[in-house]
Amino acid sequence: MIPNAIAVDSATGAPIVLAQAEHGAESHGAEHMASTPGEHGGAFPPFDSSTYASQLIWLAITFGALYFIVAKIALPRLANIVEGRAERIESDLAEAKRLRAESKAAEDAFLKAQADARAKASAIATEAREAVARQSDENRRRLDTEMAAKLAAAETQIAATKQAAMGNVRGIAADAAAAIVERLSGATPATAEIEQAVDATLAR
Amino acid sequence: MAGAIDPIHQFQITPLLGPVTNSATFMILAVAGVSALLLLGSRERALVPGRLQSLAELSYEFVRGMIHQTAGKHGMVFFPLVFSLFMFVLFCNLLGLIPGSFTVTSHIIVTFALALLVILTVIGYGFAKHGLGFLKLFVPHGVPGYILPLVVAIEVISFLSRPISLSVRLFANMLAGHITLKVFAGFVTMLSAALGGVGLALGVLPLLLTIGITALEFLVAFLQAYVFALLTCMYLNDALHPGH
Repeated sequence: MIPNAIAVDSATGAPIVLAQAEHGAESHGAEHMASTPGEHGGAFPPFDSSTYASQLIWLAITFGALYFIVAKIALPRLANIVEGRAERIESDLAEAKRLRAESKAAEDAFLKAQADARAKASAIATEAREAVARQSDENRRRLDTEMAAKLAAAETQIAATKQAAMGNVRGIAADAAAAIVERLSGATPATAEIEQAVDATLAR
Repeated sequence: MAGAIDPIHQFQITPLLGPVTNSATFMILAVAGVSALLLLGSRERALVPGRLQSLAELSYEFVRGMIHQTAGKHGMVFFPLVFSLFMFVLFCNLLGLIPGSFTVTSHIIVTFALALLVILTVIGYGFAKHGLGFLKLFVPHGVPGYILPLVVAIEVISFLSRPISLSVRLFANMLAGHITLKVFAGFVTMLSAALGGVGLALGVLPLLLTIGITALEFLVAFLQAYVFALLTCMYLNDALHPGH
């Protein structure tokens, strides 16, 4: 492995050896100067604590800068865009809802006017019908009354005629009865008796 | 030539320019990438977003949803922190997948520092908000008195092991993924170098495998950033609601 590694570095790793030497000169001179080119493959870079300080410093600088940019500029701007869009959509939806309610109200008003007109027309028709019915009722009632009056008059007349007729019938009956009784018995009956008997028979 | 593949070499930290190391460069690149995405993406403030703005909004709503689900709406206090962590880890992971680049998150000290930041935030906010009531975190409800000491001990140990598990998970995933990639990609050149034409033909197999692993590593890069941010949210939830 080691001859291989040396071959590697002599063939391809020259810049790295130089770079290491430079780096070493800055901080950890002795350590790095002492390390032969072949050994750098053996020291596992992530566990090489000599690089930790520089990595941490750079991480602090770069991540700090990123945090600043993200927190102060990028996120507020993105929030603005995203929330702005959400608001815009919401307001558009509200507007659409309002317009829909408006058109619904207009439609309702139209339907109501239509229904009102229909109700009014029907009311007028009903009224006319009722007026006609009332008129005809009145006429009929008047005719009825007149007829009833005439009927009553006729009835009275009939009753009077009948009364008169009956009175005549009674007299004739009494005379006839007196004659019959006289012929049969030879005795002349009392007028009162005859009348009584005729009345009783007529009343039956 | 066969030994030209040293899978550990890619993790070497080297200075590029003065105090700027390769690690620092990629940290700066990650921050620049995140900032560019967020700032350019939010520049137009269009009602109907373009591509970049969609991406920025997607990340915003993704992280916001994550916090809402795990820590509720009070968790929005930590939105900038969780968002920064998620984007930073994600970009470091993704930038590391560019061949020849450096993976910042493959170093335990970086992931441990980020995990420690999370845990210290939890502890600091927890005590500031709830005072000693924060310690209720270690005393679950409805546990019989005689096993309470044991349970409390377990809770304390589990709390202390959180920064370790949080950092080692990310570090180990990135490290192992990149070593695997390098090893399989190395097989291609090793085979052709050792066996000539036949090796070149055989090298197709590890090449296909490398492509597959690369795809997998993209998934891992996203997934580990997601897991890191999600666990951060859950730990921060403890700071918000220590009484379980």
